[in-house]
Amino acid sequence: MATLQVTVNGSDRSISDIDPNTPLLWALRDHLGMVGTKFGCGKGLCGACTVHMNGVAIRSCSTPVSAAVGQSITTIEGLAEGNSDLHPLQEAWMEEDVPQCGYCQAGQLMNAAALLKSNPKPSDADIDNAMAGNLCRCGTYTRIRKAIHSAAAKGGAA
Amino acid sequence: MNKDLYDYELIPDVDMPAEFVARENARSAAAAEETDASIPRRRFLKLTGIAGGGLALAFAIGRSQRVHGAHHGGGHAPFAPNSFIQIKPDGSIVLAAKNPEVGQGVKTFLPMILAEELEAPWESVMIEQSDIDRDRFGIQSAGGSQSTPRNWNLLREAGAVARTMLVTAAAQSWGVDASKCKADQGFVVNESTGAKLSYGELATAAAKLPVPDAKSVTLKERSEFKLLGKFVAGVDNRDLVTGQPLFGIDQNLPGMRYAVYVKCPSFGGAVKRANLEELKGLPGVVDAFILKGNSVDGQLMPGVAILARSTYEAFQAEKALQVSWDKGPASSESWIDFKEQARELTSKPGPVTESQGDMDAAISGADKTVDAFYTYPFLSHSNLEPQNCTAWYRDGKMQLWAPSQTPQAIAGMLANLLDIEQDDVEITQLRIGGGFGRRLINDFVCEAAAIAKRVDYPVKLMWNREADMAHDFYRVGGFHNLKGTLDSKGKLTGFQDRTIVFTQPSNPKRPVRGGNVRAANVQCPEIPNVRIETHQIPLQVPCGWWRAPGSCALGWVFQSFIHEMAVAADRDHLEFLLEQFGEPRWMKEGDARAFNTERAINVTKLAAEKGDWGKRMKKGQGRGLSFYFSHLGYFAEVAEVTVDDSNRVTVDRVVVAADVGMLLNPAGGENQVEGSVVDGLSTLAGQEISFEEGAVRQSNFDDYPLLRMPSTPKIEMHWMTTDHSPTGLGEPAFPPLAAAVTNAIHDATGKRIRTMPISKEGFQVV
Repeated sequence: MATLQVTVNGSDRSISDIDPNTPLLWALRDHLGMVGTKFGCGKGLCGACTVHMNGVAIRSCSTPVSAAVGQSITTIEGLAEGNSDLHPLQEAWMEEDVPQCGYCQAGQLMNAAALLKSNPKPSDADIDNAMAGNLCRCGTYTRIRKAIHSAAAKGGAA
Repeated sequence: MNKDLYDYELIPDVDMPAEFVARENARSAAAAEETDASIPRRRFLKLTGIAGGGLALAFAIGRSQRVHGAHHGGGHAPFAPNSFIQIKPDGSIVLAAKNPEVGQGVKTFLPMILAEELEAPWESVMIEQSDIDRDRFGIQSAGGSQSTPRNWNLLREAGAVARTMLVTAAAQSWGVDASKCKADQGFVVNESTGAKLSYGELATAAAKLPVPDAKSVTLKERSEFKLLGKFVAGVDNRDLVTGQPLFGIDQNLPGMRYAVYVKCPSFGGAVKRANLEELKGLPGVVDAFILKGNSVDGQLMPGVAILARSTYEAFQAEKALQVSWDKGPASSESWIDFKEQARELTSKPGPVTESQGDMDAAISGADKTVDAFYTYPFLSHSNLEPQNCTAWYRDGKMQLWAPSQTPQAIAGMLANLLDIEQDDVEITQLRIGGGFGRRLINDFVCEAAAIAKRVDYPVKLMWNREADMAHDFYRVGGFHNLKGTLDSKGKLTGFQDRTIVFTQPSNPKRPVRGGNVRAANVQCPEIPNVRIETHQIPLQVPCGWWRAPGSCALGWVFQSFIHEMAVAADRDHLEFLLEQFGEPRWMKEGDARAFNTERAINVTKLAAEKGDWGKRMKKGQGRGLSFYFSHLGYFAEVAEVTVDDSNRVTVDRVVVAADVGMLLNPAGGENQVEGSVVDGLSTLAGQEISFEEGAVRQSNFDDYPLLRMPSTPKIEMHWMTTDHSPTGLGEPAFPPLAAAVTNAIHDATGKRIRTMPISKEGFQVV
């Protein structure tokens, strides 16, 4: 058991009495009470647990919390940066009514946000490639594509 | 023509979970009314006065009436003419969302019906997820695509009663006749003077009025609808995209511990012994014990509960668990054996369960006969949110935060299981991370409650993905040895299905859930000679309702075989399919649940037209057509595919034509159709649950793949607007999809696929 320091959404958080092998996912959900990041498969197969580490999309179910020490973690709760209320992708998701059950959408959004950071104007093929690791059991893929394009058109990388 | 074969009321198992309906129907005559798509107008009862001179009333449903909104009493009582609507003097309007939200959009579109008739501006209403209370809200469930047909009239009337009372209150204050006043988006307008009063200003006066009989109020004409039919995004969208705690898995209580519950990999096996003491010494583990369970299908199986301070520590402890299992009766079952047995059985005549005309004569007099053997596997629901439930037992009361599709079934079940009073069970309904029929069964709720009853702190039961896949209630697999006969003119004269019906271990006469096969499922009322022969095999592996139960598999089998017959007759598939529907008519006049061939014909023609039926395609490309009627919805679909030399299939486009009466909310409704198409492709591409010695072999999304974004086709939807009452969309777009695709693959390659998933026949969806 250890006490670890992690930076989450810009805040320095201390997690005490935790096994350093605990996946970041459960550290966020159980120890920090941040439940926006979801558990789907536990093996990095579905992408529901996607968060950013230093701006790069990672699967938090397969990343030990010890690997996040000293790194900057962003979760769905902190996706909207700076003064804005919502990230352009979040706005696009609402406008296009992307969610069905909505369970996978935090992971989809985090993955899409990382995509737009590296590729502000992605093509359909770029989106398909980047999003192929994120499952949606309800089948909202068509609307996810549309919402990413829509956010990109409005400068969604910001 | 024997109409009984096509009387859909006779096959509720296909249309909706029969056991659930039967139980609900038994509860009261009022409940029985509600299962009918043509709901009779319902009486509203005036109940009691509340503080501040307001009135609160409830629908005449259920055993006793309680008053919603009474706790909002005091000097400023809300206008609460029924359980679904509250208007406060400050003008705020609160509408109840009564049913579990599983992604079908019900939390948005049911309140839309209320708002439409109430003439309330959607932007300003507040939606509250309601309590679970049959007395106030009637049936609360998410299954069988029933939320729309069951609640359409109920909620329209609820809204119209409230609107009528507000208009009356305004008319009285102006001293004019109510006919001179009109409700308009949160106001009542005096049409003579142009004066306006807001609903908030009228609330107190309206609350003092007698509530009119629902029969006496005027519902809006469809042409007057301002909200229904518009694209209205989900009411939870903002919370969803910002990661707010909406789901069962998100519940967090003070002092809560995390539980796993480990059952025998072979269904129903009992625990002989387990290394409980060793587990209790592991990091973070606070308790471990064995539950014997009641071994009732769908309730509590034997298992080992492990409780820990965190999910991770509970999962780690599970890895250290060592159990000696007493394997149950399912341990003798394997999918490979069933396949061999089914082949053998269906090669011989079986007991005739339905017959019409003379099938033997059709065979002996046929110009051509076609034989084909179709098979499809068991499927898992694979909700992305694994099964979970949070429970807290204290002071003799059980509090549950349960992502259940049938929350009203829980209290009675737990009363028996745990020896507690039904009234001591309190359920909070939560947003559900995918339903698909899995959570119509409350086994995970039983587990959480049974564990919570043993300890003195709140418990969150968490299944991992492997447990979720290993302990599902599966879509049953199936086998169909089909024979079709053609006359010299290429007309379909006979249809025979020698099939397997798996039966329940507790009742060998009853098919497993979703496992019945009926002539009506063929949906070709013009075939003169029909014979269904069913061999029965008892099955221990648990089966459940899976999106469009029955139809989800039979739609593929029968719509594919009809195409085979059209090919054998050397006739155009569209023309051949339309011929099977015959004249436009209702198979049971006036019964909205019965098959209506006019609607079938119209959607089939529309799909063909929009899907460029008959237009030439390039080499390697193909187009396929399919139709199915399920859950009161009429769907025809055209798929276009490209197949390369290595049998790699690209689904280029899927065109969907639908008649569900009226599309209430294109936002949620079209989402359901797109999702059904993707789900259909997922299952046909590569999904199979197989089992050996009664234990499921698949464990996660690596060996049970879901379709991913790159394989998603272009999806086009065309909606017919008809005068029929609107019906649900969670299911009916699913059944036609697979046959449209496999028929298209045949069109492209000449190869007929008769085994699901198509990967079994060497095809790969890319």
